[in-house]
This record gives sequence, C-alpha cells and structure tokens, in this order.
Amino acid sequence: MKKTLLVAVRFTLVTTVICGLLYPVGVTALAHLLFPRRASGQLVERDGKVIGSRIIGQEFSGPAYFHSRPSAAGTGYDPLDSGGSNLGPTNRALIDRVEADARKLHEENPDAPIPSELVTASASGLDPDISPAGALFQAPMVARARGVSEQEIIALIHKQTRGRQFGFLGEPRVNVLELNLALDRLYPLGAKVKASSSSAPHGTERGARSDSQSKAR
Amino acid sequence: MTVGGWFQIALYLLVIFLITKPMGVFLAKVFSREKTFLDPVLRPVEKAVYRLCGVDEKREMRWTEYAVAMLAFSGVSMTLLYLIERTQKWLPLNPQKLPNVPPFLAFGTAASFTTNTNWQAYNGETTMSYLTQMAGLAYHNFVSAAVGIVLAIALVRGIARRETDKLGNFWVDMTRCLLWVLLPVCLVASLVLVSQGVIQNFHPYTQAQLISPHWVQAPGADGKPTVEKIARQVIPEGPVASQEAIKEFGTNGGGFFGANSAHPFENPTPFSNFLELALIFAIPSGLTFTLGRMTGSERHGWAVWTAMAFLFFVGVTATYWAESQGNPLFHGVDQHASALQPGGNMEGKEARFGDADSVLFATVTTDASCGAVNSTFDSYTPLGGMVPLVNILLGEVVFGGVGAGLYGMIVFVILAVFIAGLMVGRTPEYLGKKIEAYEVKMAMLAILILTVTILVFSAIAVTQPFGVSSITNPGPHGLTQVLYAYASSAGNNGSAFAGLNANTPWYNASTALAQLLGRFFMIIPILAIAGSLAGKKTAPESQGTFPVTGPLFSTLLVATIVIVGALTFFPALSLGPILEHLMMTAGKIF
Repeated sequence: MKKTLLVAVRFTLVTTVICGLLYPVGVTALAHLLFPRRASGQLVERDGKVIGSRIIGQEFSGPAYFHSRPSAAGTGYDPLDSGGSNLGPTNRALIDRVEADARKLHEENPDAPIPSELVTASASGLDPDISPAGALFQAPMVARARGVSEQEIIALIHKQTRGRQFGFLGEPRVNVLELNLALDRLYPLGAKVKASSSSAPHGTERGARSDSQSKAR
Repeated sequence: MTVGGWFQIALYLLVIFLITKPMGVFLAKVFSREKTFLDPVLRPVEKAVYRLCGVDEKREMRWTEYAVAMLAFSGVSMTLLYLIERTQKWLPLNPQKLPNVPPFLAFGTAASFTTNTNWQAYNGETTMSYLTQMAGLAYHNFVSAAVGIVLAIALVRGIARRETDKLGNFWVDMTRCLLWVLLPVCLVASLVLVSQGVIQNFHPYTQAQLISPHWVQAPGADGKPTVEKIARQVIPEGPVASQEAIKEFGTNGGGFFGANSAHPFENPTPFSNFLELALIFAIPSGLTFTLGRMTGSERHGWAVWTAMAFLFFVGVTATYWAESQGNPLFHGVDQHASALQPGGNMEGKEARFGDADSVLFATVTTDASCGAVNSTFDSYTPLGGMVPLVNILLGEVVFGGVGAGLYGMIVFVILAVFIAGLMVGRTPEYLGKKIEAYEVKMAMLAILILTVTILVFSAIAVTQPFGVSSITNPGPHGLTQVLYAYASSAGNNGSAFAGLNANTPWYNASTALAQLLGRFFMIIPILAIAGSLAGKKTAPESQGTFPVTGPLFSTLLVATIVIVGALTFFPALSLGPILEHLMMTAGKIF
C-alpha cells in the first residue's frame, strides 16, 4: 500500500512534467513557427492601435455600422464573461427581450422579415458573424447613414460573405468587424455624420482614420 | 432541417465508421504490447518513465491491486490539482495576476477534472492562471481519460483471458495510453486547430480600442443603474489549442473559456468544429473494435457499434427536428432555414454553426460523456434539450466517454444476455464465459448507483431552499436545470443547463460528491466483474448459446438500454421537458 502510494506520487510528477508542461510548451513553439498570426488571436490593427480580434465579435452602435447579434457576455461582447443568456424557451424574460428587439428592428426596416439570429443571443456572447440575411436586413439603414445606394451596400455584403467551409461545412456568414472596416474604407463617414455620431470619441483625434488601411497583426 | 445539415450529419457518421477499425486495431496493439510504428521514438521514453517511477513493467496485477493503484493515483493527482489551484497566485505563468481559487470551488473543480467530468462552476478566463489550466486542468484531461481507457482494457482482458487472476499493470497501461495514443494525436490535432484560429500563446490579455464605443446600463456600486461607456475590449489569451485537443479526444469537455466550444478562440470555424466532433467519438468508437479483436469476435464488436450508432442517429434526428422548428413563442421573427440564414431556434447558438452543427455537437457530447458544448442547452426547445439529458440518463453508453462508454455498455451487454438467458431458460453466457449471480449483481450495482445518485440529489435540491435558489428559469424548465446538473455530474459528463447558479457551497459540494460516486462506484464493480470473468473457464459455443453478434443481439441491447432508462427516468422527464413542451405549444410563458 505504501509502495503503491509512492509510485502514485512519482507517476503524478513525471506525467505532469510530460503532459502538463512539455506538451503545451512544445505545441506553443510549433504553433508560433507554423501559424504565428492565428496562434496570437488574429488581432486587427488600425492606425497603429489594436482595435479587436478578427474572430471575436464586438458591439457596433449607430446606423452607420452593421450591428452584431445581441450578446449576453457581461454588458455585451465582454470576453471576460463569455457565455449565452441561458434563458429557457418559455422564460418571459427571453420572449420580452426578443419582442423588444424585433420592434426596434422593424422601425429600421419595416418591410423585411427579421432573421432569427438578429434577435437571439449567441452561445459565446462573442459571435463575430451574422448570416447574409442578417446583413441584408440592415443594408437600407447603413446605406442611408452613409449616403450611398443600397445596391452598393448589398454588393459589398455579397463580397464579404463567406460560404460554407469547403462548400459543405457550417453556415454561410458575414464577419461584422470585417464588413464594417470595409465600409469605413470604401464609404468613409462624412464630417456631418461624424459630428452627429456621438458614439465616436476617437473620431476627431483620428481625422484620417477613414483613409488608413486596416492591417492584421 | 436542410439537405446541407443532413449531409454534414451523414458525413460525420461515415467518418466515425471509417476510423473505427484503424483506431481499434491500434489500441489493441498498444495495450497488447505489440510493435507499432511509434516504438523507436517512444520505447526509450516509456522505459525512462518506469525507471523514474519505480515500476516493474513485467509484473501484472489482480483486479484489487489494479483498483488500489487507480484509486491511489486519482487521490494523489487530485490533491496536486487542488494545491495548484489554491496557490496559483504565487506560481509562474499568471500574467493576469489572478488570485487563488476559493476552497469550495477548488475542491469541486479538482473532483470534477479527476473524474473526467469537467463540470465548471467558473469562467476560466477570469479564474484560472495559464499554469493551472495546463499543468492542472489539461493534465487531468490526459490522465482521467487514460484511466477510463485502461479500465475498459482491463475489463476486455477479463473477458478475453481465462483461468487467471491477472488483468495487466495499471502503470504500464497508463504510460502506454498517454505516450502512444493521447499525446501524438493531440500534438497533431492541436496544430490543426491552431491553423483554424484556436489560439496558443502565453501573452497577457490584449486591450483593444473599439472603433464604435458605446454606452451601456450597468448596476452601479449603490445598486442604482448607471450608464457606463465601453470604449475598450479585453481580449483573453492563453495556451488554448493544446488543451482543446485533449478536451475533445479524451472526452473531458472542460473549456478553457466559460463559453467552451462556442467561444471563437476554442472553435473558430466549421472545420475546427468537425475535427473536434471527430476527436470526441474516435476512441469510444475504436474501442468497440478493440473489444471484438481482443476477445476474438470482431462481429461482436460491430454488433455493439451498430447498437450505439442506431441510438446516436435517433438522438440527433430528434434534437435536429426540435431545434429546426424554432421557438413558437417568437412572433414576427423569420425562423425558416434558407440559403441566406440557418433559421431555427438560434438563441444560444453561433451563426457559423447554425442549428445542424449545434445539434450534432449537442448529441455527440452527451452521448460521449464529453460535456464540451458549442451551444447552450438551457436555451434549447424543451424536446431539443431533452435529448442531451436522455443521452446522459441512458448511461452515456452511446459510444460514451473514452473507456467509460465501453465498460458502461458491457454492463448492459451482461444484462441483455442475462435477460435473453432467462427467456430461453439457459445459463447466460458472454463470449464463452458463464454469467452468474455475482456478475449480474455487480452490473446492477453499477446501473443503480447512477440512478440513485441522480434522483436522490435532484429530489433534495428541488425541495430545499438552498437548491431552489439557484434555479434561474421558472416553470418546468427549472426542474430540468437541476435534473440535468446531477445527471451530468453522476454521469461524469460536465455539460450543463448553464443558467443554474452552480457556484454555491451546496452545488459545489453535492455535484462533486455525485461525480465521485458516479465515477468510482461504477469503476469498482466493473473491475470486480473483470476479475471474476478472468478466472472463469471458457465454454465452447453450442447451439443453445444466445449469439452476441448480428442484428438480433443489437436490437436486444438497444431494447435493454431504453427500457431500463425509460422505467427509471420517465416520471422525472414528464414533469420537466415534456410538460414544458406541452405548455409551450399551448402558448404558455413563465
């Protein structure tokens, strides 16, 4: 019995070194050799500042940007509190939230049916994507705010849409951050819109932001 | 339901079918100490491990010795995990300066990872340092998986061997499992995951400046709502991919982040999702072939596989149907699937996965005792959420956890041949071994411990204020939350109806106890069966022997599983998800 316990202690220590230290450190070294950008979280920079990760969703406000899905992560898109709403299908809190969001969306675009993912919170609370239908639904709002034709915005959405992976895996989707960065690049916000957009405090200190290329680190 | 969705499900089942034999053959070789292509590299490492640990690799153990070694190892490694959690503040690789984990949570987590449950009452990104994640939690992902696999192998040896009291050497089996099976596959799989965007680094968290800052309502210090400006996003980092690979391959399921495999850093693309799914079923499916090969009846292995595949298919069909219907209580929302949107009940699901990949993951993770999730079960429709629950209640024998699925299934096989024996009036036999009172008693003990643990703890929790206060969804859904918590714990699954506030002293302690009962009181009867079977003579098959191959046997096996499960849990299910479904269709909101 005592001997077994001694073996157990030695075995725990030896395997901890192999599986708990050498293995993850080895994987890290190889990952940075082979896929350095991906191993570091695909951070996106603009004007020399990190503005997010390509694959972590973030909140966008105002009519000039496409909006992400509702998020239950903290106060919304807080990666330190990832998770879903965990509201049950018959919970009044869920039904009320969906109805309130649907009403708001209908004011923006009364003609089209509301795609379900625009009023439902994702599982991670950090969903970087919306469906093509979700983007097309928001096209009239964004076109008006940017002063461009709806056709141009729709064409941009189609260009930014990722199909199923390899043609058959997953769902077609649009990355909201990439779509909005493309908007800023192609149809920069005019001075008038910027002044009325109270939600862009960095707008003035970063006057040339619309011309700057976003690049990934 | 869409053609594209069904295609992915069919493709997945095909891939699992195709890897069953190669994986099964490889596992049989590793544990029979036959030559493999990895030997030149690994054999020296293996010898070094035995030297460092003082293990005599030639010496085999009786079932009691095997059990004692397993318990000693589990106890020691669980203690080490607890100590790492309680001292992480002073240990290296903690760039976020996270404090030590509080005692109840640290104990619950240690029990949970040692038992291959990986129930989590915390968010990893704000609770666990990188060192705790990799040397504590990911390490237990490896060894708790290995313990499950070697126990299944010991049981298979018991069936295959005759007139001996030896089942193998626990330390040798563990070492070979880690070096030959788990580490090489995880090394490759983690790099493929990184290629898809799963992160792997030791950086401190990144501060991002949002291009569209906004204001949110948040409760202030004095309880009154205040308006807070959000201009930054803190992006967590960490050695995720190395843990993600073993989390799936070892059917552990404990996420690096709170959102688990729904988190874009754990599961960024549909292909990473498919790979994670394939990793979950790879060993459990392969072990059915190992069973057949080591006992000399490959057809028996395939008969068990067929029963599992059938139950899997029924489960995924039911939950896919339920979720693709959407929520009938949402008005003015388009929930139809089309070329432009996944449709269905998207609350708690990711846009890149849609409903098809979400329900496939939900079925696989609960069939397999894995517990990783890429969608939130609490927000599933009542019947869609009942499928994961039923999968666990049936004993997680549909492929099941690594090793645990096979030994759980063999318990049902023993029960099935016993019932068949009663029907034809002969002493039941299993692969030439007579099944007698001792084996049947032990099999029933293994089945009952699960049932009693789940129902008794649930009954206490839903009748006592300290249990009820954690429920967050009103109506019948609340019962489902609690029932799921104990099913998941006793079944060592670890997934959750995550709305339930499980980080309370009662839930931390009671779920930890349920996990330990469900793990070790299941394992010990199974080793006893292995020991007893190993000592028996093998009788030649005669005309009166009930065959354990072919469709008749698969059908009997499925019927045994379903009848035992239904008789035990139907009353509880009818008060939870079934009642909620009926009330939802009647338009009732709670």
